[in-house]
Amino acid sequence: MQQIFNFLIRNKNNILFLFLLALAVFFTIQTHSFHKSSFISSANVLTGGIYSWANDFDKYMHLDEYNERLMEENKQLRNVLTNLNDTISVENYTDTTSFDGTYYFRTARVINNNYAKPNNFLTLNQGKEAGIKSEFGVITSKGVIGIVDRVNSRFSRVISILNSDSQINAQLNKTNHFGSLIWDGKNPNIVQLVDVPRQAPVKEGDTIVTGGKSLIFPEGIPIGSVENFKLDQSQSYYNINVRLFNDMTNIGYVYVIENLDREEILELEKEDEQ
Amino acid sequence: MNNSILKNIIRFVGLVFIQVLILNNINFLGYINPYLYVLFILLYPFNANQSLFLILSFLLGFSIDLFEDSGGVHAAACVVIAFIRPNLLRFSFGISYDHQNLRLSTTPFGARLSYIFISIIIHHFILFFLEMFSFSHIIIVLKKTLFSGIFSVITIMLSLIVFSKKYR
Repeated sequence: MQQIFNFLIRNKNNILFLFLLALAVFFTIQTHSFHKSSFISSANVLTGGIYSWANDFDKYMHLDEYNERLMEENKQLRNVLTNLNDTISVENYTDTTSFDGTYYFRTARVINNNYAKPNNFLTLNQGKEAGIKSEFGVITSKGVIGIVDRVNSRFSRVISILNSDSQINAQLNKTNHFGSLIWDGKNPNIVQLVDVPRQAPVKEGDTIVTGGKSLIFPEGIPIGSVENFKLDQSQSYYNINVRLFNDMTNIGYVYVIENLDREEILELEKEDEQ
Repeated sequence: MNNSILKNIIRFVGLVFIQVLILNNINFLGYINPYLYVLFILLYPFNANQSLFLILSFLLGFSIDLFEDSGGVHAAACVVIAFIRPNLLRFSFGISYDHQNLRLSTTPFGARLSYIFISIIIHHFILFFLEMFSFSHIIIVLKKTLFSGIFSVITIMLSLIVFSKKYR
């Protein structure tokens, strides 16, 4: 017994080192497993608060740019709205309760944004108190940003599309051939759309939008345009490089999308499995 | 002694803040960031308690991880260089380290550079390797280690010169 104690005391630094290293590696592995990235995230009061404080300067510096983006978006929405009035007369919707819509939008500001690492996250300045929950989609007026991952009362963390764990269902705007969107970790402006069947008539410059298979995003949210493409090793699927419409290095304000039907659809699918 | 503790606490907090609020946003050429916070580990008193030093290094890396959402990669890299620091010191400064009267500002430039360079390269390699977490990306890991490493060494040497006390 004495010898064991002596051994422990003599090697206490080595043991401490191994313990701390194991702890650090354990945390690392945890972040690499999707949805288990547990208690360590920038969405906590301390780091969130500091980021939010530092971001106030940044917000002020970019006011002009944010205004311009808003004007642009307003212009687009107004165009859509005017055309809508021409085709559909509004009076037809007398029963307003059944036209609630499937999606609910909230706004938030990005207070921390990573894009240079293989696994990137963003932090938003809204959390549970604003009604945000995990698995909500995050977009800007230009396109998709990512999916909410962890939430605390005032902040939330978003898995960016620039994350090797992220997989978003996406399709060609023209033909509805779909695949999944991943990132190879190299260029923050280019993501990869894989598993698109060979039959799809892909052309450079085609628009890629979110697919209808996802319960997170509405169908048809823009993502990017086809930069180039080639067949994969099996010669039956395309690997497409997609240039993002969003500048992921400069985001600012975002919309958080809640799918109000999500719970019911998931429940239905679960019943199906049983 | 009290003075030394206070100085190290200020250095710890200050370096974490500078790292997460300023240096992590540089992204030179897309992915090159200097990691100045390692300076805390390099400058920590050489004759201090090794166990406490290991724990502090872990906490340092861990605070950076908290801000960066990177799990435990910085913590792991910091603990490793804190653990091997005595060997690095002996390698770079030779016999004078064993006399325990070494001060970094009084060492020859070459020895100081080798101590900082080797520590940084080891730290960055572990950092980027754990970040990628796969052997198939080893070339990217080495590239990042080299470029970020050079950048880090330059920032660390510069801040050592700027904050040196030789003028007193």
